[in-house]
Amino acid sequence: MSQSQQQVFRLKAGGRIDRSRTLSFTFNGQHYQGHPGDTLASALLANGVDIVNRSFKYSRPRGIVAAGAEEPNAIVQLGRAEAAQVPNVRATQQALFDGLAACSTNGWPNVQRDLMGLVGKLGGRFMPPGFYYKTFMAPASMWLTYEKYIRKAAGLGRSPMEADPDSYDHLHQHCDVLVIGAGAAGLSAALAAARGGARVMVADEQEEMGGSLLGSRETLDGTSADQWVARVLEELAGCENVTLLPRTTANGYHDHNFVTLHERRTEHLGETAPVVNGRRPVRSRMHRVRAGQVILATGAHERPLVYAGNDAPGNLLASAVSTYIRRYGVVPGRQLVLSTSNDDGYRAALDWKEAGCEVVAVVDARDAPAGDWVDAARAQGIKIITGSAVIEAKGSNRVTAARVAKIDIEAFKVSSPVQELACDTIASSGGYSPVIHLASHTGARPTWRDDILGFVPGLVKGVHACGGANGTYALGDVLAEGVEAGIKAAAATGHAAPTVNPPSVERLQQGPAVALFQVPHEKPSLRGPKQFVDLQNDVTAAGIELATREGFESIEHIKRYTAMGFGTDQGKLGNINGMAIAARCLNRSIPEVGTTVFRPNYTPVTFGAIVGRHCRDLFDPERYTALHQWHVERGAEFEDVGQWKRPWYYPQKVNGKTETMHEAVARECLAVREKVGILDASTLGKIDIQGPDAREFLARIYTNKWEKLAVGKCRYGLMCKDDGMVTDDGVTSCLAENHFLMTTTTGGAAAILEWLELWHQTEWPELDVYFSSVTDHWATMTITGPESRKLLAEMTDIDLDRDSFKFMEWRAGKVAGVPARVYRISFTGELTFEINVQANYAMHVWQTLFKHGEKYGLTPYGTETMHVLRAEKGFIIVGQETDGSVTPEDLGMQWCVGYDKPFSWIGKRALTRSDTKRENRKQLVGLRPKDPTVVLEEGAQIVFDPKHAIPMPMAGHVTSSYYSPILDSGFALAVVKGGLKKMGETVYLPMADGQVHEAEIVSTIFYDPKGERQNV
Amino acid sequence: MSNAVTFDTRTDTAIPVESPLAFSYRQSGAPRAGSSSRVQLRERAMLGHLILRGGAIVLDEAVRDVLGISLPGKPQALVQDTSGERSIQWLSPDEWLVIVPGGEEFPLETQLRERLGNSHYAISDVSGGQTALEITGEAARELLMKAVIYDVHPSNFPVGKGVTTVFAKATTILRRPSEERWELVVRRSFADYCYRWLLDAAAEYSVNVEQ
Amino acid sequence: MFYIYCPYCGEHREEEEFHPKGQAHIERPKDPEACSDEEWGNYLFFRNNPRGVHHEMWVHAVGCRKFFNVTRHTVSYEILETYKMGEQPSITADSQKQPREPAAVSHQEGVRA
Ligand SMILES: [Zn+2]
Repeated sequence: MSQSQQQVFRLKAGGRIDRSRTLSFTFNGQHYQGHPGDTLASALLANGVDIVNRSFKYSRPRGIVAAGAEEPNAIVQLGRAEAAQVPNVRATQQALFDGLAACSTNGWPNVQRDLMGLVGKLGGRFMPPGFYYKTFMAPASMWLTYEKYIRKAAGLGRSPMEADPDSYDHLHQHCDVLVIGAGAAGLSAALAAARGGARVMVADEQEEMGGSLLGSRETLDGTSADQWVARVLEELAGCENVTLLPRTTANGYHDHNFVTLHERRTEHLGETAPVVNGRRPVRSRMHRVRAGQVILATGAHERPLVYAGNDAPGNLLASAVSTYIRRYGVVPGRQLVLSTSNDDGYRAALDWKEAGCEVVAVVDARDAPAGDWVDAARAQGIKIITGSAVIEAKGSNRVTAARVAKIDIEAFKVSSPVQELACDTIASSGGYSPVIHLASHTGARPTWRDDILGFVPGLVKGVHACGGANGTYALGDVLAEGVEAGIKAAAATGHAAPTVNPPSVERLQQGPAVALFQVPHEKPSLRGPKQFVDLQNDVTAAGIELATREGFESIEHIKRYTAMGFGTDQGKLGNINGMAIAARCLNRSIPEVGTTVFRPNYTPVTFGAIVGRHCRDLFDPERYTALHQWHVERGAEFEDVGQWKRPWYYPQKVNGKTETMHEAVARECLAVREKVGILDASTLGKIDIQGPDAREFLARIYTNKWEKLAVGKCRYGLMCKDDGMVTDDGVTSCLAENHFLMTTTTGGAAAILEWLELWHQTEWPELDVYFSSVTDHWATMTITGPESRKLLAEMTDIDLDRDSFKFMEWRAGKVAGVPARVYRISFTGELTFEINVQANYAMHVWQTLFKHGEKYGLTPYGTETMHVLRAEKGFIIVGQETDGSVTPEDLGMQWCVGYDKPFSWIGKRALTRSDTKRENRKQLVGLRPKDPTVVLEEGAQIVFDPKHAIPMPMAGHVTSSYYSPILDSGFALAVVKGGLKKMGETVYLPMADGQVHEAEIVSTIFYDPKGERQNV
Repeated sequence: MSNAVTFDTRTDTAIPVESPLAFSYRQSGAPRAGSSSRVQLRERAMLGHLILRGGAIVLDEAVRDVLGISLPGKPQALVQDTSGERSIQWLSPDEWLVIVPGGEEFPLETQLRERLGNSHYAISDVSGGQTALEITGEAARELLMKAVIYDVHPSNFPVGKGVTTVFAKATTILRRPSEERWELVVRRSFADYCYRWLLDAAAEYSVNVEQ
Repeated sequence: MFYIYCPYCGEHREEEEFHPKGQAHIERPKDPEACSDEEWGNYLFFRNNPRGVHHEMWVHAVGCRKFFNVTRHTVSYEILETYKMGEQPSITADSQKQPREPAAVSHQEGVRA
């Protein structure tokens, strides 16, 4: 097939495409050709492809309607390779590249022969207006049933099933003035602001900057509009203070002028980013822009008229017809009927005629249209039918005729016999709606203007709207408004107002438009052929009328009832028409029905661009200790504790088989209890506290006493919030009279430092004390077990004698030749030394410990073993035994509460509230399962009477539960109502499978109750 | 003396040390790109890092006496000695970061404490807890824009400025000691994440890592 | 995403650097033991939720680590001023009653699409 045969709707000349090069592409498996400069939509039209999709609900054939972001129908699935699949792409915004493969997202098995169409015939009854609403009101299970069907029928596109080979990223931008939209208004605003010296960013969603000027009939300063665009762009590109971002959509406008821009960097080049110098450049980029001032120059979208059969392929927006002809050199048909309510629509007829095709008639709703373009059409000999409208399009796979009649807008009725005009294309124009989406994101309420029959954006501080976005359409006014906005925005950011004269343009004479939205038909809406309002969601005028009859009056409710505007296009074309119809039915004005609210994103954004580089192994920070590599090489399994990766357990190979976690933990536990184990405890939070009031501060923030802690000593401390609930714990050591080192839980380190600062800065600024985090400075190696003293003695100059270095003391000295602080504290109940060295030396000390430790059976253990060992001793873990509702008294830790301290420390007062004093609070106890082979489930609910009728009163739950190798039995910690007074009693734990476990309430200390082992 | 204890965590004996990035080099490598490189990374490892807390007036005199440079009183200010090897950065109205050649931090702390006497202040040695990553090259600023939410445009970030801000999903200190050089001061435990992040983001600039 | 002026850093900084800490000017009773349960409960749990001018405490967590106060309009989200700990606001709900209920920034009431 030759090129000319293929692109039968392509003009011989004209447009901004490069005819010297041909690009091949496929759509629904068929091969086509186009040119550089084409969008997928213009190339499809050039090839005479009418049907691009099947509609969502009724499965009706649909064609291309628009030429930009507002396109509701031509939503395609892009991608040849599985990994390159992209759903939800608007063909009107996708640049054509060689090898592009796209297919329709709706229609099964295909859009031409659609089996779902049969169902579609039933669809009206199956999914009437209010379907979603009524379904959601039904039992939730119904929705699951429907959803499957809807998805199958609707084919909302699909995600790739293979990993995306492309990369995406974010760029954090800051500027004085962000200009959104690079049409006439945006470019003149950018120029003015740039000349004023402001840092300017210009974002435009199209392949080329220039907006409507790229296809304009008008001249600026005597040159063609596109030449003016080229000149301005050249000046802007030469400015160091200007960043131009084509192919970049402003998708969200957030608080305080924070705008997200989505830049498509390689989407016009291929389905994956083409390899350059051996690597793929970033495919899409999210610019996170903090702008001093924002200029909205987003233009306006033309409104289609709502007439019967307005959804068949061949029904287009008038402006889209002009754009296809003038920018892409494509006439999307042969015989045109134009239905318009205003002068602007006439441009489509003029362009059509100039392209050498037949304009059957212009049908103007106004009785006496007058203006330059109307005159031009008359001069061209175009037939103009006044006071009339296209009331119905005939044809289903393509328009075959327009039914035209006089209409009485006031009375909303057809007022003459109908004539049928044969044609293949109907263009319609109902006027323009300013693109207010971004302004709407800020929460500002738009204002209805009767003179332009549209909403103009409400504006928060620091934002300006100009041109079409502001309801200003005459080119001269648009340019002037742009310049003014640019000057104002530059001035607001401290940049002197420059003198910029907007280019001179010829002022057009234009007649007033008439307010026409839905076109009356001979039959009432509810019984006549369908008149579509929202093409993407198949919402009809009748559907909206029905909604108002069922009592919905606010447009927000009507939208939910009908699903109008709920598609991926957010109702860019249909919302105002829908509101107008509702207003007519309710006999109100449009603004009385409500305003319409849009939310980010303006057009769909790929997840890749949202996620940027924060994916795969960069998804979240992984914090490593200085010993991480050793753990990796030792084959440790890791546990996430906050952002830290901590060794969980170290499975060994035994007889060629890798230990299970249970086996590894049992081995590690026994090694500690019988010989010596080692734990990397570097992740514990460490806060250096200095100052004469450090001790007083500790006394206020901890529940227990600190006044007598001597230099060289360590003490366990418990921290509450002022509600009396435990929030953190750890050991704090007195390094010098005015100098303490606090340790916190691993997960709580940052929060506790902030907590200390909070009290110091807001309540007790008079206390002389400073806090600094030294968590990362020290590496902490805990050796614990009966052999730990012997091991350490081999490599330190510190006197380890039990009487000169007592339990709960610290000493400084050298370990393995490295300056170290050694703390004799214990979280296992065994003789323990915590060795702290500057982290850069940690690996050497750790390895030396192993060199010496082999003969003692030194065994590395992870967090799981640590948990078992501390639970055997009844030591709590904040966040496991506690959940923000547990007081020190609930934990039975009155020994750690300084009731008589002079200052009313944080949490004290709350301990005497009626609720915290209440009998029968849940209290921490030990549980010994009656069957020692049972390991209770953590989180399992506890009841006193398993025979109680359901619902049983819950008496508490298991907080920690393990198998204890040293006891050879399961054991648990639990909170039980009034538990401390129920020692020896039996509780029951009913399980989901019907089993009921029995357990005895016992002390929380299961091993070495006198605490002798840590004191040896 | 302020009755705090000091502790020299370093030793002169030939004990092997590992900088925060030692693991990362082994795990992720250190790409060499040669002359085509538009971004260069270099760890300034094993430096002395001290956190100074206290009143600006009290500290300024002591710092001037001992270090020969004045304490930056203005927010976000970074001052260096003439060699550029010793610097003090404003972190908050009562907090500064001092970076000196490795090994100098303990004598410096000792001297400062002697000089400061009984005034209320605090000095914490954090040399093992953080490391400095130097970024140079024509694409350095764009690379930083990918990761750092703070505005790194020269009009907002001149030489002699430093801020604590968000880097990817971590916290870092970012400073600009000279026209061509940027410096990230990252916490040890986040160093590998930041390094991997930088390698990934800088791949398109043919990043070169100097070890 | 707010843009917040830190009164200690003397600069506007991105919201990501800050943590919100709830209502400002909540003072811990000087003598907690002298409080009734109700008074203590009020201090612990009860907070204002005004439509309009609100004083909040924030901390420049990724930055100077200082706590400070923010006067924010809860409808427009506009930050009217920020001030240091221990200082009093110059803009309050009362002082704002006349000029500022910015018409252009009033949010849509009720449900949103
Ligand atoms: Zn700050």
